[in-house]
Amino acid sequence: MRWLLRKDALILRRSRLLLALLIIYPVAIALLLGLAISRSPARPRVAIVNETAPGETIKVGSQRIAVGAYAHQLFDQVQAVEVPTRAQALAKVKSGEVLAAVVIPPDIASRVSSATEKAQLEVLYNGDALEQSLVRSTLNSALAQANLGFSEQIQKAAGTVISSLLSGGRLGSIGAPEDLIGLNQIPPTLAAIIGHLPRGHERTELERIDTFAIFAAQNLSLSRNVLATIGQPIRVNSVLLHGRRTPLNTFAVVVAVSVSLMFVCVLLAAGGVALEREEHTLARLLRSPPGGSGPLISRELLLVEKTLLAAGCAFVLAFAMLAGIGAFVALDWSRVGLWLAALALGAVAFGALGVAIGALAREVRAASLLAFALALPLAFLALVPAGSVSGGVYGAVNTISYVFPFKPALQALDAAVNGASPAIGVPLLHLAVLAGVFGVLARLGLQRAQ
Amino acid sequence: MSAVLSVSALAKRYGELQALQDVSFQVGAGELIAVVGPNGAGKTTLLSIVSGISSPSAGTVIRGASQDGWSVGWVPQDCALYAKLSVAENLELFANLEGVADTPAAVQRMLEQTGLQARAGEAVGRLSGGNRQRVNVALGLIADPSVLVLDEPSASLDPGQRERLWEFVAARAAAGTTVVFSTHNVSEAKRYAARLLVLGAGRLLFDGTARELLEHVGENAGGDLEVALVRFLREHASEPPTAAVA
Repeated sequence: MRWLLRKDALILRRSRLLLALLIIYPVAIALLLGLAISRSPARPRVAIVNETAPGETIKVGSQRIAVGAYAHQLFDQVQAVEVPTRAQALAKVKSGEVLAAVVIPPDIASRVSSATEKAQLEVLYNGDALEQSLVRSTLNSALAQANLGFSEQIQKAAGTVISSLLSGGRLGSIGAPEDLIGLNQIPPTLAAIIGHLPRGHERTELERIDTFAIFAAQNLSLSRNVLATIGQPIRVNSVLLHGRRTPLNTFAVVVAVSVSLMFVCVLLAAGGVALEREEHTLARLLRSPPGGSGPLISRELLLVEKTLLAAGCAFVLAFAMLAGIGAFVALDWSRVGLWLAALALGAVAFGALGVAIGALAREVRAASLLAFALALPLAFLALVPAGSVSGGVYGAVNTISYVFPFKPALQALDAAVNGASPAIGVPLLHLAVLAGVFGVLARLGLQRAQ
Repeated sequence: MSAVLSVSALAKRYGELQALQDVSFQVGAGELIAVVGPNGAGKTTLLSIVSGISSPSAGTVIRGASQDGWSVGWVPQDCALYAKLSVAENLELFANLEGVADTPAAVQRMLEQTGLQARAGEAVGRLSGGNRQRVNVALGLIADPSVLVLDEPSASLDPGQRERLWEFVAARAAAGTTVVFSTHNVSEAKRYAARLLVLGAGRLLFDGTARELLEHVGENAGGDLEVALVRFLREHASEPPTAAVA
């Protein structure tokens, strides 16, 4: 086998384009991913036209909120370009200088203050479907954030008024008389008066008023909590049932490394076997002359050699890629032993898949095309989250992912790098079984090829 | 002359297709035998079985008795070479895989015999068709086999290259290597082969010299072998399987 390994290593070394691709591809992926996850996403450029009078405020209860401050909060998530008029903003959108424009109308303050009319912002946008989607989602998110802040202000103002109604005093903001009695003070005052009254109609009426005052005070107090609930009806309290939480950026690292491991390994293994057929050397290697001592190399050894060569190259590249991305993302190097185990078994399983593809194809180009055509959808399918498609489709997707090595390789690497569940043993075992199954299929493919 | 190779009642089926049927013959040491016949006659199938590429559905291929170090070298119709490796690297690889005792000496010997010493370091992919075929033949001979099987070795060569190839093969036969080759070129078979095996529809129709074939169809010794072969095949095309004419 060593002669064949040496020969394949020589051929690989002399295939400059392939070698360059094998080195450049993972390095480029690692760099792109590293840069993507180490920098915040670019904010879209949006023109802002504030048609309200300078320094205008929105009155909420006894408080005033500056429209400018609201606008600042609203456009914190975009790259704001201040423009004096709507026409200029429209021109900037049309020219593509900005992706969108937001017009704050002059009547926004009066509409919000009226508490009966809804305020409206005008959004102008252009561009292709992707840009439109980016701008719309960014502005919707910014609006939701601003509205939340605004609702908290209103809630705070309403809370102040309710407190004043309960405890009495000065309620100037709603035009109430000076030194107004609070609802909480009415029951004890009435109780003192009722105590001096004889039994009769007047005392009965006052007792009814006292009961109402107690009930009203209790419920008004409760309404403060109700207001808080309305301001943010649902709060998220996450509980992870098993495993460790995987940060999105390190999961992205795992995905990128798994994809590279798969492509490099499957393409090399498939190409290696297909090359033997394309150059007509397979028959020379496997022929078993009558009365002789058997073939130059057995089919099993040939497949093992191709698998190991591809797995070895992919393993080294994937590890280098992981280490390279480690410059951008904090990875736990104390788990490096587990990384190596996941990469090694993943590479062997991908290698076995590759030789099975190579045994089916008659030439390198066909093998490469088949490998790409198979590997790319596998990566996508393995990343389909549960619940994003119907149960039946997800079942089918899961089954397909289960019989190919990408998903278990991803799970093994995620468990190795991030300590995610399932524990690494399960996907490693899964990979070992798949390596065996694809090895057998490759052996049958070679038999058929001859 | 003792047989180096005995083929007995050989048959090969591919599904419904009977590619070979009851083919038997023997080959002696240093013999140069041509296998001729129309397309689909079973020439490549016969040579594939003899060289161990495929196994027969029935029948046997037996090596001659008391043949120490007996082996079969194979030269396929399409050059089976690694284009990215040099001539010497290809020879060295197969010498090592064949378990040749002295690999450098074997490589040097083949380079000398094929006249490719000057191109030893050149990638096979850059060689002309003729030189590639020389390397292809050299690989078949690298382990110094007792029997050399060549499947249409001159098919892609120009007349000059063909001439050089046959000089080389004839020299090997003269040195004691048994050579069995298939060809469509009847004049080539007449010129170089001591014996002809004529296959038709998977059956061995004739086993003898070119002169015997000419006589069989009523031609004189200087007659056109190609015309004689066509006539022979026409006469025997519809015949049921019988023992080969000799």
